[in-house]
Amino acid sequence: MSARVVLQHADISRALTRIAHEILESNRGPDDLVILGIPTRGVVLARRVARLVSEISGTGVPVGSLDVTMYRDDLSRNPTRAPSPTSIPARGLDGATVVLVDDVLYSGRTIRAALDAIGDIGRPRAVRLAALVDRGHRELPIRPDFVGKNLPSSPSERIFVRLEDVDGEESVTIEQGGV
Amino acid sequence: MRHLLSTRDLSRDAAIHILDVAEDMADTQTREVRKLPTLRGKTVVNLFFEDSTRTRISFEAAAKRLSADVINFSAKGSSVSKGESLKDTAQTLEEMGADAVVIRHGASGAPHTLAASGWIDAGIVNAGDGTHEHPTQALLDAFTIRRCLHGSASRGRALDGVTVAIVGDILHSRVARSNVWLLSALGARTVFVGPPTLVPNHLEGWPAEVSFDLDATLATGPDVVMMLRIQSERMNDAFFPNPREYSRRWGLDDERLARLGPDTIVMHPGPMNRGLEISSRAADSPRSTVREQVANGVSARMAVLYLLLSGERED
Repeated sequence: MSARVVLQHADISRALTRIAHEILESNRGPDDLVILGIPTRGVVLARRVARLVSEISGTGVPVGSLDVTMYRDDLSRNPTRAPSPTSIPARGLDGATVVLVDDVLYSGRTIRAALDAIGDIGRPRAVRLAALVDRGHRELPIRPDFVGKNLPSSPSERIFVRLEDVDGEESVTIEQGGV
Repeated sequence: MRHLLSTRDLSRDAAIHILDVAEDMADTQTREVRKLPTLRGKTVVNLFFEDSTRTRISFEAAAKRLSADVINFSAKGSSVSKGESLKDTAQTLEEMGADAVVIRHGASGAPHTLAASGWIDAGIVNAGDGTHEHPTQALLDAFTIRRCLHGSASRGRALDGVTVAIVGDILHSRVARSNVWLLSALGARTVFVGPPTLVPNHLEGWPAEVSFDLDATLATGPDVVMMLRIQSERMNDAFFPNPREYSRRWGLDDERLARLGPDTIVMHPGPMNRGLEISSRAADSPRSTVREQVANGVSARMAVLYLLLSGERED
């Protein structure tokens, strides 16, 4: 099993800064932006992106977390998952431009679940998707709007995102699966 | 989790986990759309051999909020009144494709029989069996206490150092039995208070203290006073001289209510006999959690159904 580092600490920071700029550019400013992370690491990334967007624009952008466990389509195929808390900023999602943030975009099924969850909470004007890594192999017609790194991979490979706040170190590695 | 039959076999971590999932469920109930697609395609049968309003509709609401199909079965007006055995009823439900059976039965141990018999493959939830246990009531009570104490910072916490006085008919109470085990697992202290005729004789091995004097117990400043219903349907013996005497010595009347500490909460599993074990003023006071308990019951039962019915089956 060989591990290869794809992104290092500084690469991740640069990617997030670029994503923050792109979000502001496509939204023409910070108005009505709500940034939602998908647990676990998406929430950490969302907080960082929101902080960067706020710094760049000079306006505080609301950030929250969106748990999608209860909306997954694979609940009966895996061991019982423990849900994580959802926290939606006080302004709600109605009329907002919601930017979903996740660490790795793969099949797209998590995002499908997230879109269903959002629909039960409110009616945003638009929903955008930001991912630190897009590894391909989509199983649904979903594409990201903001990508940190495109990482063509084979399904047998595994991608690990480690973040300072969760794992105590920061890197993205790709490992050859031993399956 | 395969079945939920009793709180006695729940570890501290397992109990906290269920309460945390219930917090997540409660969060979803503040949304614009309160229905979750989680248990779509699953069938939950409410099998009620004893009368119940709030437990049955609470389970029904919980299952429906999770998009499960619900079949209500009450013994009255069913083949059970024609003499059908539990085994045949269970096998009928099995053939109809029940994924979970929520059972209330007058006989202690009926849910255990159903779970252990092999008559049916579904997950079994005990919704009250005889004078044995009522685990989801204990879960919603613990959830309510935890929320009163810790508010939105409840997740991950237990009930260490909390004192709960459970007052009334301990002898017949499955609520008291389920509560004492769960509270003990969560680190709380339980005091049973009641007339000697309504407290079991042998409490060795139970993690509870006993008091026969309500006023003395209230003077020690318990965090929670949980009043139990006087179950007239089980009062087939001379347990106390008359309702007025019971009310005067063991009821939470206005005068006792006024003496409670500022943070003491008053609980009641319902249905209440106002004027008997609890006065109207106590039931409607701001420190009463009776209505929260009903709302929390749905969240707690959603958590149980979710943990029972999602995920690969572990046999």
